Amino acid sequence: MNILRLDDVVKTYGNYAAVNHVSFDIPKGVIFGMLGPNGAGKTSLIRIITSITKADSGKIWLDGESLNNRHPEQIGYMPEERGLYKKMKVGDQLTYLARLKGLTPADTRKELKYWFERFEIKDWWDKKVEELSKGMQQKVQFIATVLHKPKLLILDEPFSGLDPINTNLIKDEIRQLNQNGTSIIFSTHRMESVEEMCEHIVLINKGKNVLQGKVTEVKEQFKDNIFKIEFAGDLPAGLATTDAGDDTFEIRNATDHELSVKINEGGDSNDILRYLIQKGVHIRSFNEILPTINEIFIKRVGESNE
Amino acid sequence: MNKLGLIIQREYLTRVKKKSFILLTLLSPLIFVALFTVPALLAMYAGKETKTVAVKDGSGVFVLPSETDSKVKYQLSDKPLEDLKENYKSMGYDGVLHIPALPDSGVGKMEAFYYSEGQLSLGSKSSIERRIETSVEDYNIKRSGYDETVLKSFRPDVSLKQKELEKNAAGELVETDKQNSAGIATAIGFVAGFIIYIVLLIYGTMIMRSVMEEKTNRIVEVIISSVKPFQLMLGKIIGVSAVGLTQMLIWIGMTIALMSVVGLFIPMEAVAEAQQGPMSNGPSPEEMSAMMGTFGVLKAQNWAYILPLFLFYFIGGYFIYASLFAAVGSAMGDDLGESQPITFVAMAPIIIAIILISPVIENPTSPLATWMSIIPLFSPVLMPARLAFEPPVWELLVSMTVLAAAAFFFVWLSGRIYRVGILMYGKKVTLKELGKWMFYKE
Repeated sequence: MNILRLDDVVKTYGNYAAVNHVSFDIPKGVIFGMLGPNGAGKTSLIRIITSITKADSGKIWLDGESLNNRHPEQIGYMPEERGLYKKMKVGDQLTYLARLKGLTPADTRKELKYWFERFEIKDWWDKKVEELSKGMQQKVQFIATVLHKPKLLILDEPFSGLDPINTNLIKDEIRQLNQNGTSIIFSTHRMESVEEMCEHIVLINKGKNVLQGKVTEVKEQFKDNIFKIEFAGDLPAGLATTDAGDDTFEIRNATDHELSVKINEGGDSNDILRYLIQKGVHIRSFNEILPTINEIFIKRVGESNE
Repeated sequence: MNKLGLIIQREYLTRVKKKSFILLTLLSPLIFVALFTVPALLAMYAGKETKTVAVKDGSGVFVLPSETDSKVKYQLSDKPLEDLKENYKSMGYDGVLHIPALPDSGVGKMEAFYYSEGQLSLGSKSSIERRIETSVEDYNIKRSGYDETVLKSFRPDVSLKQKELEKNAAGELVETDKQNSAGIATAIGFVAGFIIYIVLLIYGTMIMRSVMEEKTNRIVEVIISSVKPFQLMLGKIIGVSAVGLTQMLIWIGMTIALMSVVGLFIPMEAVAEAQQGPMSNGPSPEEMSAMMGTFGVLKAQNWAYILPLFLFYFIGGYFIYASLFAAVGSAMGDDLGESQPITFVAMAPIIIAIILISPVIENPTSPLATWMSIIPLFSPVLMPARLAFEPPVWELLVSMTVLAAAAFFFVWLSGRIYRVGILMYGKKVTLKELGKWMFYKE
């Protein structure tokens, strides 16, 4: 079951195609990374999903239903550029935003009580937003995004401008929400948080979907079959050179305690191990080098720009 | 409550709760009433104490006033002037008036003298002057040997009465019994036009600022992920209009209440008199009747006809300009200066309207007046300005229909610009750009 499904979505502004025939699925209950360089069309896509704008063509389903005007109440969206009414009191403001999301007054009170206790910010109720520090404002913004218990949470660069402590706090909250069944879209170009949080990704560049899938599968797809071997003692003569080996593998790089080996097509990682053991190399560790999402990102974006 | 209602409520409450709003709303009627009553109060207290003046008449011309309720009481005195000057207080006088001996040849310009400690109030001074003038006039007439009644009969009293002609059912021009006065109609026209002009400008810019604030705060993106941009814009326009109405109702209510409270202590005639200014001699009988005539004409105006129409044009104009200002606000960045040309889109028409108000009122039946009060960007200012002149019914109907249609059209059109504008950042927006936005798909 997918929480969100995009099928051939197109959005143009004048002659500029911000979203150019994009299709992808987001499985229910995952943390989904939507990656792409600045100006790739991520925000345009999010605005379509949140019904802020409409797609020129293409179909979108939320939780199995074609996107309709009840859906905004089931989505929580935190834009990259945070915004609150500066002169409004925190309590009034959150009440207003919750009511706009369709919460009843009673539910609003209940949810607000929960979050104010959870973040230990009860004494902020009567404070104006402009009296709060930036980090505090971000917490308020986060509450505003999740108050109405959305099925789908869309966070655009959620950690930008957060200090490490608040980053961890929000990360924990995101994980908690995810464990309780909320599907989450993470729009970012900060790859380290993607590796840490996301199970699935889609990579958008120039309005097009250039890559998608599970993080593990994507890494598998882009790996170069390179293994890193740490060893003790001396290498047998001839093995330290890069042209050593046979058809199944080649040595890429060798130092006095580390080898980098590329397994060729048809080869097997066990072959190299067997070979080295036969040669009397004392192996300390053996690791496959998987590409980071960052490397894949740069590679794919580079390719699709060509 | 539906979402539009929530937005209206927020827009309304955040403004009404502001200290500046409460202060302005409550203080304005106080200041207004004070402006009217303080001079009256001052005049009353200044006028209450009647002065008793000893008159040393060196030529025997002084005529005692017939009425007794004058501000100044005169008592002729035979005592020597020096004695009076020395001891007027102990004799129970407030001052000494000395009229010197007059020449036999008749008097044009002359001087009299008033001795006392402290100054005479302006009112008392002119009252005394008038008394002497009347006396000397009588003296002059007697001296000339002409018949007094004949001389006084030379003085005419002319008033111009207007009779308005109107076509009756048969198409003939007949005299109506309407009391009309071009002056009053002109005044009503200017006041009506200016009120609408000022209110539209004030509330228009209020909406523009609020839209800009939401855009630069970036809260707008959060809001429109819950509601349609059009709802947000409409909610704002309606909410602000409710703020304006609240303010006006409080103003009217408080002014009436304060005036009636004040009226318990100060007679309204005193207020009216004080408004004439201390320099005048108070209304003469002729002026009084002219003033009563003005009040009569003012009362005779067809308010039941003017007020509802005024309100209609006010609301129509409000929706047109409020939505225009909202659209302009949505297109602006944080930098007001840079967006000046766009602001002009909303400002120019209303400024043109207020410039046109003079020629239209001067000639309310001219083709210029007719056509300009049909164009919906101008009609909210120009038609109310013409109402007191009772424009032809067909013109009114056409103008009202066009205005109503235009109000819907402008709200719709501005909504289209607004929804694009509020999400547009960092771009310097040109007029051409604005035009393009109207045709963007949703």
